[in-house]
Amino acid sequence: MNHEEPLWEVFIRSRQGLDHKHVGSLHAADAPTAIENARDVYTRRMEGVSIWVVASRDIHASSPEDAASFYDPANDKIYRHPTFYDLPDEVKHM
Amino acid sequence: MTPMPEQEIFDGKVSREVKIEPRDWMPDNYRRTLIRQISQHAHSEIVGMLPEANWITRAPSLKRKVTLLAKVQDEAGHGLYLYAAAETLGISREEMTRQLLSGEAKYSSIFNYPTLTWADIGAIGWLVDGAAIMNQVPLCRASYGPYARAMIRICKEESFHQRQGFEILLTLCRGSEEQHNMAQDALNRWWWPSLMMFGPPDDASPHTAQSMQWKIKRFSNDELRQKFVDMCAQQVSVLGLRIPDDRLAWNETRGHYDFGEIDWEEFRNVLKGNGPCNRERMEDRISAYEEGSWVREAALAHAEKKKQPQTP
Repeated sequence: MNHEEPLWEVFIRSRQGLDHKHVGSLHAADAPTAIENARDVYTRRMEGVSIWVVASRDIHASSPEDAASFYDPANDKIYRHPTFYDLPDEVKHM
Repeated sequence: MTPMPEQEIFDGKVSREVKIEPRDWMPDNYRRTLIRQISQHAHSEIVGMLPEANWITRAPSLKRKVTLLAKVQDEAGHGLYLYAAAETLGISREEMTRQLLSGEAKYSSIFNYPTLTWADIGAIGWLVDGAAIMNQVPLCRASYGPYARAMIRICKEESFHQRQGFEILLTLCRGSEEQHNMAQDALNRWWWPSLMMFGPPDDASPHTAQSMQWKIKRFSNDELRQKFVDMCAQQVSVLGLRIPDDRLAWNETRGHYDFGEIDWEEFRNVLKGNGPCNRERMEDRISAYEEGSWVREAALAHAEKKKQPQTP
């Protein structure tokens, strides 16, 4: 048996209405313990109202080396932004 | 030799203040330097809990006791943030623990001094945490993302540590003559070891130039030490205590306080393991690890059992 406790990524919602945000990671034997540890490590001063933990091994990530080609499709599509369109000054609130 | 393209990308990011993240290419030596620095820092937080824990049961009031408990708990948290940051560089927690317990890894020499009186808890907060903050604030801008983020979190929490320490000393200094003397005695013992916390002088600090080029460090050891002396020389007058250095004097031309010679022989000796409490600290860490092993085993066994399908 592996004696190292698995690693968990911790996400915290700092207040109602906001997204959960990644704050760091920690080791714990299982998910309930990871949530309790996350409470003690990351919310000692009321920094959160909700905690998610995800086993780090279940995170799949894009590769930084491929960033240039990976994001290439969005790179030349300035027409997706509102400022691409010229309107006369008389048009308000658009 | 022309540099590799990865090296150019890395150098470009560092010079443009773009953070390096765990999966980005980085020079092996940058990785090694960070692992050494971050893990030493984590070990210091964990060992640093010991001298203060010594006074939890004997704090003079309930208020001081809850404060001290909260502070020591923060330090455990700081150790964990830092271990997690180091792990993103590819070293395991087990390996870092092994390095600490085998004596292979270093931790800050300051924690090898004893806490003899309650005033020492005040002196640690004011001086040791004060010196730590001085070191740590620039690390919030370190080029390695996970380290910088951990340091931001730590610095937010650290300020209360320094303030509560100063308040302890202030209370003692405004108390009886005996209490005032106790505060002075603590300052006498903690002053010089606190100055050593900034590390060897610049001309004897071989890694500084490279670390500054990599934007891990932003100021040299001597620059930070000078800032710390200037700060304390001001604050000590509020306490009505005296810094134990006959050569401490304001230098108009430099715009800084001059101060006396640090006993670097003592520093090297403590680092080598011969400080007053080195053995005790290591014994405490080793027994905590060994006596906690059944808890870790039980937690893993429980998690394993939970994974099995439940039989009705």
